[in-house]
Amino acid sequence: MVGITSYGAYIPRYRINRNTIYSAMGWLNPATLMPGEKAVANCDEDNISMAVAASLDCLNGLEREKIEGLYLATTTSPYRERQAAGIVATALDLRPEIRTADFTDSIKAGTTALLAACDAIKGGSAKRVIACAADSRLGKAGSAQEEIYGDGAAALLLGDSGVIATLEGSYSVSYDFTDHWRGEEDKFDRTWEDRWIRDVGYTKFIPEAISGLLKKYELSIKDFAKVVYPALYVREHAAIGKGLGADPGQIQQQMLATVGDSGVASPLMMLVAALEDAKPGDKILLASYGNGSDAMFFQVTQEIDKVRDRRGIKGHLALKRELTSYEKYAAFRGTIPIEKGIRGDEIAFTQLSNLWRERRVVLALYGSKCKRCGTPQYPPQRICVRPDCGAIDEMEDYRFSDKKGHLFTYTGDSLAFSTSPPAIYGMIDFEGGGRYNFDLTDCDLDSIKVGMPVEMSFRRKYADPARGIYGYFWKAVPVQA
Amino acid sequence: MAEGIKDKVAIIGMGCTKFGESWDKSYEDLIVDAFKECIEDAGIEKKDIPAAWFASCFDEVFAGKAGTPLSTTLKLPFLPVTRVENFCASGTEALRGAAYAVASGVYDIALALGVEKLKDTGYGGLPDFGSVMGTKNRLITPNMTAPGAFAMMATRYFSVYNLSPEEGKRMLARISAKSHHNGTLNPKAHLRREVTVEQIMNAPIVAWPLGLFDCCGVSDGGAAAIVTRADMAKKFRPDPVYVKSLQIALSSGEEIGYTDFDYAHVETGYRAGQRAYREAGITNPREEISMAELHDCFSITECVTYEDLQFSARGRAREDIESGRFDLDGPQPVQPDGGLKCFGHPIAASGLRMIYEMYKQLQGKAGPRQIKNPKLALTHNMGGMPALNLIGVSIVGL
Repeated sequence: MVGITSYGAYIPRYRINRNTIYSAMGWLNPATLMPGEKAVANCDEDNISMAVAASLDCLNGLEREKIEGLYLATTTSPYRERQAAGIVATALDLRPEIRTADFTDSIKAGTTALLAACDAIKGGSAKRVIACAADSRLGKAGSAQEEIYGDGAAALLLGDSGVIATLEGSYSVSYDFTDHWRGEEDKFDRTWEDRWIRDVGYTKFIPEAISGLLKKYELSIKDFAKVVYPALYVREHAAIGKGLGADPGQIQQQMLATVGDSGVASPLMMLVAALEDAKPGDKILLASYGNGSDAMFFQVTQEIDKVRDRRGIKGHLALKRELTSYEKYAAFRGTIPIEKGIRGDEIAFTQLSNLWRERRVVLALYGSKCKRCGTPQYPPQRICVRPDCGAIDEMEDYRFSDKKGHLFTYTGDSLAFSTSPPAIYGMIDFEGGGRYNFDLTDCDLDSIKVGMPVEMSFRRKYADPARGIYGYFWKAVPVQA
Repeated sequence: MAEGIKDKVAIIGMGCTKFGESWDKSYEDLIVDAFKECIEDAGIEKKDIPAAWFASCFDEVFAGKAGTPLSTTLKLPFLPVTRVENFCASGTEALRGAAYAVASGVYDIALALGVEKLKDTGYGGLPDFGSVMGTKNRLITPNMTAPGAFAMMATRYFSVYNLSPEEGKRMLARISAKSHHNGTLNPKAHLRREVTVEQIMNAPIVAWPLGLFDCCGVSDGGAAAIVTRADMAKKFRPDPVYVKSLQIALSSGEEIGYTDFDYAHVETGYRAGQRAYREAGITNPREEISMAELHDCFSITECVTYEDLQFSARGRAREDIESGRFDLDGPQPVQPDGGLKCFGHPIAASGLRMIYEMYKQLQGKAGPRQIKNPKLALTHNMGGMPALNLIGVSIVGL
């Protein structure tokens, strides 16, 4: 039995009402108006940080050393070459003796990564593999894409024991259907006519894959508790299900009005939402869209009740803050250049040999713990920081990324450069010991207080676009009561 | 048994430029201006100097590294020049090096000179910390500024002593208002304007809870001292100023890495103060120290330093601030020259600038801000941030 053993998701805290976008840019293209809101990655978030967040949600309480592979699906990596999955695996503190790969270049890559992970387990080359998907896609100012695209991530742990939903079968179709593309130098998608995409691509490939799967396994659409497929268009999303003979209640609710179209992450996020409501015995059908479609079907088991404490889609949808300024949104995404001043432009070269040496310290937030006195300390020390101990070379590794903390002191710094000023940072005292200075994110200066609880979140720390380098580190996020 | 530095070294000449935004002066100009005043005051010539200690901190934005900026600017004849750098306490380190050289008997005379040319960066505030905190810092530490690092101490101080932001900011404003008053009396000061407590409290926030007037000036400037052996000092002038103590303490790492530190004081300030009092034979600093120049890079730093140096009891600085204890006409004047707040803060010059004011006051040459009959003067020169820093405490007297 191979299938899903755990799930997790991530939706960035910020949401922007589409009216806010339309009020700013609707003059350019009045036909872009869409209802609802969409999720917006904070200025320190990207596909990599969101993949880490979704994977941590998925791995909540599980043994990370038993993971044997990580597949990351994304079309929005900041690097053309530097494996995003490698960064995510390091941040998650997975063992180096694992298989990692990026699945990219098509928004159906999420389901392809999921299938590849299941195949690896079925083939016997791994027992536990994470398949995660994250996208933060850009639309030009005033474009329909800017209204539609939303940011998010999902992660699924696949394995052959403790399976909550077994993979029972799959059926794929693949076409060189060029509905949108990005050339070597393109920052934004180029697209062909929307009506052609809708009528020849979206509303054809998903039914073709699903029908093919039903036929292959001699199933009826009525056999499924939920049919899950991404939404590019609200009306056609409903029409696809209806055309397949599904009742409206069988169709997994699309998230265009809450998250937006999150690209590769979209079908997997909707699958996570379906699993959150699934009961043992349910059959779930999943299909993706993008240069064809992958269809898969799952059978939910009794084990599903053991995986109910994830923040998932429901939890993250509930944690939100409205971004009321279109201009701030555009600055976060880098679609309008902002004045950084000379101070903001001054970025030293990232010492990659140093980053390699310190990779667990920086990317996995490892410190050390004194074996003599038990004091955790960050960054790792060879000589114990506790003044009445001072043991030399009696340290063991100690991971801080999963420790809760509280805010010992803080400031909101208007002098330091930040895309979202003031730069809020403070000193964090960790439960169980250890202290260090960290940036705070996803919060306002007015809402924080000395002593409030925080949790750690993997974020982009700096961007050095001139050299094509993006630095990642952990920040503290106040825990909402 | 170590004897310490007390009464082994005397300062016989000092110079200090006007501090400020010296758009028309290079660092070489600042070196020469401070040096000229210094040797004229000492009544010596350049050829009388056998060795020098040179302080600069953000050298990458002006002079560059090593001692050569001093040796070539002053055309020193192939002398030994040591360049020292210890953040904002670099100037005190130059004096310490020169004083130890003279005390050891290796030289009869030595020059200490500190200079900083900060106003060529193109932006306000100090050059980015990334350049001074090491390369790993960039990977794992917030993009902090000096105001931000010290603001975190104000947040803590308010929290530990149960002050509302209004109460805390009012206490700090009183500190800055006092220094602004003193600065108006000093022709060499960068900022020479009276400001009211209300103006200070309503100023734009730089790093919460610190506002514009809680922060010192960012200035260009230079300062210098000539030291000699104590037993030779009266040959140069009738009123030399004697070194009673030169102490420095550096963070052990426990403030930033171990959870005992309260962040509402500066541990190095307390430790350096204790050592300095021992070296100088002082048992009651609140009574015995006539006046002081403290490292008021931010108002909160001056506040906790009153307590670290035991001018005020722990947690009681507010009462002393509000009673006017540290005003120019109070029982223990602090920052008679305007302090970093108003004299300005050209990093590596500041430690020597503090000594310059104490030297002039002890000699009775401080003009309209002269303090009556001072006996013992203290300077406190801090580099770094509250949880990771170093502090030099110097005591001088007649």
